[in-house]
Formats: sequence, C-alpha cells, structure tokens
Amino acid sequence: MFHQAKWDEPLLLERSAPGKRGHNPTRPSDIERKVVGQDPWKNVPKALLRNGLPTLPEVSEPEVVRHYTRLSQENFAVDLGIYPLGSCTMKYNPKVSEAIAQNPKLEKIHPEQDESTVQGILAILHRLDEFLAEITGMSRMSLQPVAGAAGEYLGALIMRAYHKSKGELEERREMIIPDSAHGTNPASAAMAGFNVVVVPSNDEGTVDLEALRKVAGPKTAGLMITNPNTLGIFEKNVLQIAEVVHDAGGLLYYDGANFNAILGKVRPGDMGFDIVHLNLHKTFATPHGGGGPGAGPVGVRKDLEQFLPVPLVGFDGKKYFFDYDVPHSVGKVTAFHGNIGVLVRAYAYILSLGPDGLKAVAETAVLNTNYVLAKVLERSKFELPFSRRRKHEFVLSAKKISEQTGVRALDMGKRMLDWGLHSPTVYFPQIVEEAMMVEAPETESLRDLDELVEAFIRVGKEADSDPETLRSAPHNTSVGRIDEVKASHPKTLTLKWNNPSARAKAS
Amino acid sequence: MVGADYKRNDFLGRRIISSRKPTAFRIQMATFDHPFLPNASAPIRKMMLEAIGVASIDELYSDIPSQVRTNRALKVDWLPSEQEVKNHVDRMLAENKSASDMPVFLGAGIYNHYLPAAIKAILARTEFQTSYTPYQAEVSQGLLQSLFEFQSMIADLTQMDAVNSSLYDGSTALGEAARMASRATGRKKILVPEGLHPGKFSVLKNYAEPAGIGIETFRYDRVTGGLEKGNLVSKIDRDTAAVYCEVPSFFGVLDPEVANVPSICHAKGALSIVGFDPVSLGGLKPPGEYGADIVIAEGQSISTEMNFGGPALGIIGCRGENLIRQLPGRLIGMTTTLDGKERAFSMVLQTREQHIRREKATSNICTNEALFAIGAATYLSLLGPQGLRQLFESILVKTSYAIKMLSEIPGVVVPHFTGPHYQEFVVSFKGPKGTLGRLNKSLIGHGVHGGKSLVKDFPELGESALFCVTEVHSTEAVDKLRLLIEKLLEA
Repeated sequence: MFHQAKWDEPLLLERSAPGKRGHNPTRPSDIERKVVGQDPWKNVPKALLRNGLPTLPEVSEPEVVRHYTRLSQENFAVDLGIYPLGSCTMKYNPKVSEAIAQNPKLEKIHPEQDESTVQGILAILHRLDEFLAEITGMSRMSLQPVAGAAGEYLGALIMRAYHKSKGELEERREMIIPDSAHGTNPASAAMAGFNVVVVPSNDEGTVDLEALRKVAGPKTAGLMITNPNTLGIFEKNVLQIAEVVHDAGGLLYYDGANFNAILGKVRPGDMGFDIVHLNLHKTFATPHGGGGPGAGPVGVRKDLEQFLPVPLVGFDGKKYFFDYDVPHSVGKVTAFHGNIGVLVRAYAYILSLGPDGLKAVAETAVLNTNYVLAKVLERSKFELPFSRRRKHEFVLSAKKISEQTGVRALDMGKRMLDWGLHSPTVYFPQIVEEAMMVEAPETESLRDLDELVEAFIRVGKEADSDPETLRSAPHNTSVGRIDEVKASHPKTLTLKWNNPSARAKAS
Repeated sequence: MVGADYKRNDFLGRRIISSRKPTAFRIQMATFDHPFLPNASAPIRKMMLEAIGVASIDELYSDIPSQVRTNRALKVDWLPSEQEVKNHVDRMLAENKSASDMPVFLGAGIYNHYLPAAIKAILARTEFQTSYTPYQAEVSQGLLQSLFEFQSMIADLTQMDAVNSSLYDGSTALGEAARMASRATGRKKILVPEGLHPGKFSVLKNYAEPAGIGIETFRYDRVTGGLEKGNLVSKIDRDTAAVYCEVPSFFGVLDPEVANVPSICHAKGALSIVGFDPVSLGGLKPPGEYGADIVIAEGQSISTEMNFGGPALGIIGCRGENLIRQLPGRLIGMTTTLDGKERAFSMVLQTREQHIRREKATSNICTNEALFAIGAATYLSLLGPQGLRQLFESILVKTSYAIKMLSEIPGVVVPHFTGPHYQEFVVSFKGPKGTLGRLNKSLIGHGVHGGKSLVKDFPELGESALFCVTEVHSTEAVDKLRLLIEKLLEA
C-alpha cells in the first residue's frame, strides 16, 4: 500500500545553532587584501550599512542537504507516478534533456557575451525557432517569453501594436474569450489593457458561433482560444471562427496549453491562427519544477514579424547573430533572451522524437486519454457533459454522485492521493459542475492508466459505501487534510509575521 | 523552411544532423516504438483502440477539418538514439566559450557566483523538479514548506512582511511592482533611474504602458553616479505612484541618498520600490529598514547558473496588508491540518490569482520559477548570516582590488564615478570612437571577456564599459585583464 514519507521536518531556522554554517565562501587573496589596504567596510556608506546580521539559519551542509532531501520526499512528482492533472500535460521529462542542460558550455555563458563566443547556443536557438515555426505552421518565433502566460501577454502586446499600426487601437479594445478558457487568457488580455468579452459554449462544448458573430465587430481586437479546448473537445468550427474574427478585423490567438493533442496532426497556422504560443514545459517535456521554470515561445504569421520582440537570432550564411532589425518591435518581454535552459531541453526533445515521433506523441496522448475515459464511463456513475469525442483530456462531472452521497469532487481528488497517484484538476473549467479534469499523457503505460481507471471506480464505490473516508481524505499522505481557510490570511505568509516568538527563539 | 539549405551552410561545416528517416515507420505509423512512448506499439494500440471502440487513431481525429490536417511529415530533424542526441547538442554547445574557458567580466543583472554543489544536488531531486504547482497541498508539503522558507528568508533579509514564491525575473518583477504601486495608489506615473538596464527598461515599459502608467526618469549625478536629489524631487507629483531605485545601482554605485528616497516618496503620497542584490544584503541595510514599500530583485545569482540569462528568479516582497492583497503570483502560507494537530503549508490568498479571478486578477502569472526559489532557500541556508556577510566582504575587497589595478593603466579612468562601488564599476577609455569595441574584441582574442559596452545606451559616458567582479574572479584573472588592457591600448 502506498504511503507518502512523513518526516515532521521542522523549519531549518528551528534547527539553527549559532556559529554553524553550511558553506565557506571564497575569501579575497592576501595580495588583494594588501593592495586594498584599509578596512573594506569603510567604503560602505553608513546610511546603507547593515546593523546586525540577518536571521538566516545557521546550519551545517549535511543538515541543509538532509532537510531539503527529506522535504523532497514529501512531494509527489511525475517521476513517482501518474499525474493526470488536466490541462497541465504532466508527461515524463526525459533525462537526456537534463544531462544536456548540465553542460558548463551552456550553464556558464553570460547573456551579454560577444556573439563570436556564443555561436553554439545561437545556432541552437536559430534552429529551435525554425523547428517550432514548422511545428506550429507560423512564420517566425520569439523565444523570449518564459511561460505560457508570458507568451499570451506578448501575443496581446503584438495585437496592440498591430491595431496601433492601423490606427485602430482606440476602437479595438475588446478581447473575445470563450467561457471554457484558462484563467490566464482573460488575465493576460486585461493586463494588456483589453476588455474581456466572454463568448459562451454551446451544447456541444464548443464556441457558440452565433454568439461569436454577435460580439465580433469593429471593437474586436482578437480572440484567444485553445484548440482542443479545456474540455478536450476539438473546435471543429475553427475555420468559421477564424473567418468571423478576421472579417471583423481581429486577430486569432492560439493558446498552446493543449497543443499536445495535435502535435504533428494539425497546425495552428493552417487553421488560420495569427499568433501562437507553445508551452515547452508541457508539450515539449521540460520539467515543471514545482511551478516553473517554463518557456512560452510565440509564433506569428509573416506580416506580424515586424512586431516581435528584439533580438531575434539571425544567420548570415557564415555566423549567427542577434538581429535587432525588427522595424516595429514591441521591445522586450524579459531582460535577456528567454529561459535558455528550458529551450535547449526542448530542442533535444524534438530531435529525440523527430517528425514521426512527435506525431506519435499526440496520437498516443489522445489514445491514452480516450482509453481511460471509455473505461471510466463504462464502469462508474461519473458523467461526461457535452459531446463524447475528446482529445488529450476530458472533464467528468461528479455532480450526480455528489448529489446522491454528499461527497464532492474535491473529496474524491483527495482520496486518490491515498493511492499513490495525483488528483485530476478539480473545479475547472467552471462550466462543468463538480468538474474533474483528466489528462493522461502519452508517457503513461497501460498499467498506470489502469490504475487511474481503478481509482475512479473505487472513489465512486466508496462514495456510496464509505463517504466519511472520502470526506476526511487523504489518509496516506505526509499530512492529513489541510485547513486552507485558516491559511488564507496575510499573516501566514512569512515566519516573521506568522510566529514572531519562534523567530525570536531561533535567533 | 527547414531543409537542406541551413544544413549545408552550417557554421560547423559538417552535417551533424542525421538525414536518416524512419521510412519503415512512416508506412506503418502504428508501430512507432520509442523509449518515451510505452503505448505506441502496434499490439498495445490495437488493444486500446478496441477498448475505446474505434477502429483507428484517425477516427479519434476525424473531427478535424480534412483540409487543414497535416498530411505530411513535419520538417524537423530526428536522431534515432539518445547518444546521438546528446553528442549532437554537446557538439553544438562546444562552439561556445564560457566563463569556465575564460574570465568573463560581465554582470549587468546576471552574475557569475560560485554555486555550492549542495544546491545542484537538491535541485536535481526529481521530486521537486518533476512536480507541478502544489494545487494538492497534502501531497506537496515538501515543495510548499521549501517555498515558505524561501519567502521567510527573503522577508527577513529585506525586512518585508511578505514575499511571493517567485516571478519570472528581475525585469518582470519591476513591471509587476510598478503595476502594484499604481493599483494601490490609484496614480499613473513611475519614476525610474536614468541609469537602468535597457532591457529592464523595455520590459517595464511593456508592463506599464497598457495599464496607462507613464514612466519618467530622474537623472544621475554625472560625478558621483548617485541620484540627483533635486531632479528626483522635482519630478514627484500628485500622480506619482512610486519611485524605483537600485542598490547597488546599474553602475555599481552604493548611493546613500537612496535611503532617503522612501521618506521623500511618503511625504508626497507615493510608494518606494527598491531593487536589491541578494548577496549584498549580507552587508547592506535591508530596504525595509529605510522605509521601502516594495522590494524586487533578480535572484539568479543565489539560485542558478547564468544559462545565457535564463531561467532566472524574480523576487518581489512588500509591506502591509494593503499591498499584500495586490501582490502577483503564488503565495504560500503556514497553517495546520483540519484537525488542528499538525503544522502544514498551502497556497493562500488565491483569490488574487488568474485561475480564480480571471480578468480581475492582480497578474496573469501562472508558471513561475519555483524551482529556483528552492535553490535560493538552499543557498541562503548554506551560507547563513555569517557566510553571506563574508561573501559580501569578499566581493567588496575584490571590487576595490580590480578598480585599483585597472586605475594604474594609462588612458583608463576607473572608477568613472566617484561614489563607493560594489561588484560593478564603469571603466572609461580615453581615445577615439571605437576604442572600446576594438579593445573588447582583442581581449576575447587573448582569452578574456571584458565588460559590457555602454557606448550605445549611455553615450554620455563616452568609451565606457561596465565591469563586474565577484568571488569567482581570481587575483590572476584580474591581473591578466590589467596586463592585457595595458598592452592592447599601447598597441
């Protein structure tokens, strides 16, 4: 039976003892001290001089390593088991990509180095640009955005620049977003100064074309959409959607969060999208790092290249160079060149799979997900709102079970944690009541998929027979169910505010 | 667009990508066995398709309009074995010259510090590396506690009440801080130093402009390199949301006047944002102590290698509940289990965030740099208060040493500014236009990478460059730099 590690690990500050340390930084050489002469601290202006020491832990190296290693054991991860978190594409992260990223020729290059000293990385970025443009059907990519939402934001900035160039920015203030969209879409649009107009889903779970026609018009800046959408349903009317938006003078944005479903099968560029972002930490298998780093490259159609951030990476036939010659560039969206470590991993991933492998990734992800869906529907009371046809993910409703037993989707998700797998995404998208959103990426074996199926069957059964076990779940994790209401107060955020006495004691 | 052309023209002068194509596989796609794909082989596929009740994979894709389907192989390269992939990327990266091959005197936001081996060991724990945002707190206590410790350590170091669990980098942290200040004050102007990293300035502009926030700069003193107080004061008005200052400044100057800026701001109803260097707080006063309302930093230097500038680590913290409610991104809080018996951690105040508040969220940020927040927590735990102070002192000494050595070269003015310096300093070269460019090229030819040229972005400084020295720069490296500059300038 699964049981997560439990260490009752205190905060490191609570292990602190005066005088201990975990690292000796390099000291200046005798020559340096001699040449500098006077007390170096005299150089620091009094107004900026620290009084006393910070209250950091004073612990030895083994204590630090043991502390964080123990904590790591209290953390579920893809390397431990299936992580069917819908819309997050928690696939296996190949180790060769990690090995490649450890290269000092990558780790120890500075972003301001002369081009002549960084030809290798520039060549990789140049090729990655070409690969991703080919994969998405776009003309050119910016590799600068460091996350999906950062890509969306750049996309919205490009829309601003485009409409501004046509003298229409003042009128075109509306961004149309389906009600099934990820929260980042409306947030990115609003951050870029657009008013969000929500377009409802129809009975099939796709964009209501009539409703779209009503809201699209001279005020439309663009439409942001995922395809397949968050329900896992392919927007089969995508060409009509594109036509409506383009006829209204707007731009069509493709949110690549769900790109894993269509890799090598259909390209956003061919579907009429003008701007696309990809989540390399999803589709291209770079690790999520507990929330980051990621990378969200953005691709555009030919006539929008003039707005891309600078610099791009160019090649003059002999050498690679930073290309600042982008006439109406929006400028920069990150101080340097993007999350290079992530980009290199994605480059290695593409080479590892090649054209047929990439296509097999999408096909297998869709196969895996549909397999789980078929089995769960066949053997449980979970319902599937909207149409049956799904791609890489699906959203079940636990509403019926919940009404009959009082057990909620949240409880069922928590219970699944007891069996050594991660919970599906719960309560999203908001258009499905008691939603449980499942994505079974291509890297999951049949055995893992069957385990996931069994988990659904079992929570369904337990909801009838033993609802209390579900309501009080999880039971086999490092800690039992957490009081998140009590946590939601600013004073919980740091030790300093949370517990001044503990801090005083530690210091 | 990807094709034979770029292969032929490859700078390596050899075809390094295999042109072998898996034609056998293409004919019968259902049998693409691959180490990452346990279910892609024909028999398993067949069984699964039967379980689903469809005849083929194509049937699962039949709702895609046929005219847009990709009916050809993508033009991307393929290397059939892991070893080939590794060798290929290694060979490409071998074309780089890194700070392991030559001393590199560059800083300007990304710093080469020695990263203790224990940090890499911790970050390589795949329980951290391959996990997602800790939505399910009970199974993610390790990550949550680590992030809480990060927040607490940075809060103590800066004397802020709250710190979030990371933003993308220092430049976007500045953008978010500006928007926060504008929301909190209802004002629409941000003042920033004239001497700001141009990349950072551009990012700030992209965060500010769509929110209707104007950016104005205040001058630096052409002699000391510190801020021009009169100029700053004259620019703060009733629409000023915040003033941003950096310690040390972009030019490496420790400007005591910055400590007075918060009270100047507060007198006019504006907020003070201070950018700090994490290591420097081993010796410098926490910005919270002199009244900063929001602090931001680039945390790459205490969490990860340079990696050509990314991934980095955006740090943001603030004081007071009012501002905390405006913080972007993930916040981790300390709580208990429902039965009240055990300490536990979870994400908190999520109603600020995009997945709940959508267009009304404080920011669109979702994916962040959590792994490096753990890296920073590990770094600060290893060094502790004494280690951090000692490192600050080392860099202080090494900065002074480098300045002293370079100042002995005829034709070189260093430091360009008279103010005290930490880690970075501006070096000016007497001579006609192009002197610096030629020198930097020659330095590379002799195995040393000089400072960042300021010629284009700060023409008022003439033939100047920003040099950076940390604990990784040996005495020998600095001496070599000095000798080379002397020799090359003579020539």
